[in-house]
Amino acid sequence: MPAENMPAENMSAEPASTRHTPAQDTPAQPTPAQPTPAQPTLTQRPPAQPMAAQSTPADRASTRIHNIGYRHYDGPRLGRAYARRSLFAQSLRGAYGLGRSAKSKVLPMLLFVVMCVPALIIVAVAVATKAHSLPLDYTRYAILLQAVIGLYVAAQAPQAVSRDLRFKSIPLYFSRPIERVDYVVAKFAAMTSALFILTAAPLIVLYVGSLLAKLDFGEQTKGFAQGLVSVALLSLLFAGIGLVVSAVTPRRGFGIAAVIAVLTISYGAVSTVQAIAHVRDGASAVPWLGLFSPITLIDGVQTAFLGATSSFPGADGPSTGQGVVYLLVVLALIVGSYGLLMRRYRKVGL
Amino acid sequence: MYDPTVARLTYRALLGRRRALILFALPVLLVVIAALVRGITGADDQTASDVLGGFALATMVPLIGVIAGTGAIGPEIDDGSVVYLLSKPVKRPTIICTKLIVAIAVTMVFSAVPTLVAGLILNGNGQQIAVAYTVAALVASIAYAAIFLLLGTVTRHAVVFGLVYALVWEALFGSLVAGARTLSVQQWSVAVAHKVTGGDIVTSDVGLPAATVLLVAVTVLATWYAGRRLRALTLAGEE
Repeated sequence: MPAENMPAENMSAEPASTRHTPAQDTPAQPTPAQPTPAQPTLTQRPPAQPMAAQSTPADRASTRIHNIGYRHYDGPRLGRAYARRSLFAQSLRGAYGLGRSAKSKVLPMLLFVVMCVPALIIVAVAVATKAHSLPLDYTRYAILLQAVIGLYVAAQAPQAVSRDLRFKSIPLYFSRPIERVDYVVAKFAAMTSALFILTAAPLIVLYVGSLLAKLDFGEQTKGFAQGLVSVALLSLLFAGIGLVVSAVTPRRGFGIAAVIAVLTISYGAVSTVQAIAHVRDGASAVPWLGLFSPITLIDGVQTAFLGATSSFPGADGPSTGQGVVYLLVVLALIVGSYGLLMRRYRKVGL
Repeated sequence: MYDPTVARLTYRALLGRRRALILFALPVLLVVIAALVRGITGADDQTASDVLGGFALATMVPLIGVIAGTGAIGPEIDDGSVVYLLSKPVKRPTIICTKLIVAIAVTMVFSAVPTLVAGLILNGNGQQIAVAYTVAALVASIAYAAIFLLLGTVTRHAVVFGLVYALVWEALFGSLVAGARTLSVQQWSVAVAHKVTGGDIVTSDVGLPAATVLLVAVTVLATWYAGRRLRALTLAGEE
């Protein structure tokens, strides 16, 4: 609306920063709320003219510039690292429903509690009975409660990425000074941290409890450290798989089902075949079958390198040689899921 | 009680593009496992029963039921496009019935057919095992579809709750606590399958009369209540 050439007749009283009374404007004129004090300058327009078409020279002559109060931003610009950090923090909080509605806190918090309660019970029993060791290895805990971890990944990984895709807020993210790699790294790191919190908290409970029960400090610390390394690896692997699967679909429901299918169904399939192979065929095939589901991969790695007892049928964990294969597969999966996510976000639409 | 247009839209929502992938992947996995087990052990009735009962009926059928049952109505309620459907002169119970029929059909096709194929691969239908588990999958499809369709109208987290029921209640508690087995669609359907084939390998903890009554009651009640829920639906914003 504002013309660039100012009509001379209106320059007389006030400079461009004033506006005139809205009542005498053309109807299409916006009347912005403006912080600067309005100093009405009455126009000398003839009353017969105001509804004329805007392109006529006469009307042009009466147009004027309005200051609607736009300001420059001259505060500090926080840059890419800050944006990345914020995205990470928001995603991590979102993974536990913090900063979101009470309804969306229920599920992650419930799963967190379910994850920790068995550890508390174990510790209580160990303290009460004055046992000489915990009835459960640190490394075994996550394997036993894998259904809870699987449900958590299935519920929260789609929440982390599908909503951005569905509500098309991805283009808004990328209009900030972050690159594709920042988005992927922030989401991946947030999901991994959320999973690490979920899986490491019960281990901390177990460790503190074992120290309270005056169990052997060196032995417990070693087991605790091994457990932490194992769950860190598990968090990276599960976060990668969960994010890749759920980044494919903007529908949350399908994302959840797909993540569960990959995590739990593959475990069901592998353990069924392992049990049958163990009974029929002896032990030789059992360790190799474990390569085909995420949780048995972690089980294999920690059996080979972290002093864990395998939960495979007959405790036939992989040997050290096979353990190297397991570790390579796990690392390849983590790097591969990072690569797939990077590929996925090369185009921000669907 | 059946509206062809609603049915067509629901089929397209369930089987469109990538969504069909996961529905196809599970049956393929079952058949591959069946072939693998057959290769390792040869034909064996007990093994066949273990694989079909432990993997096909316990995990695959409920999961496909969750996807089809909640997928038939959940996404529409989720993104609010259900108002366009509700504003048409179609009765709400008719919408639910149509969606239920579609969900049952999809669950049956994607669970019972691969179960039959896997059973035939595993032991060539010795002792009627393949047929028994196929019948169980067919019966379970109906009840699962009805339950999960209801969940889809009740909560936005239908898939999660469906999975908690299918995986935690039926698989975990069902194997630990005997009482949980009486309240399990899986056991009811096995009871029916047991009666149909009369074999000794396929057995259930629940008697046939109780199982039948419970199956029918759950299906009818869930469908009725889903229709009620749809009549009083409030559209919520995204949390």
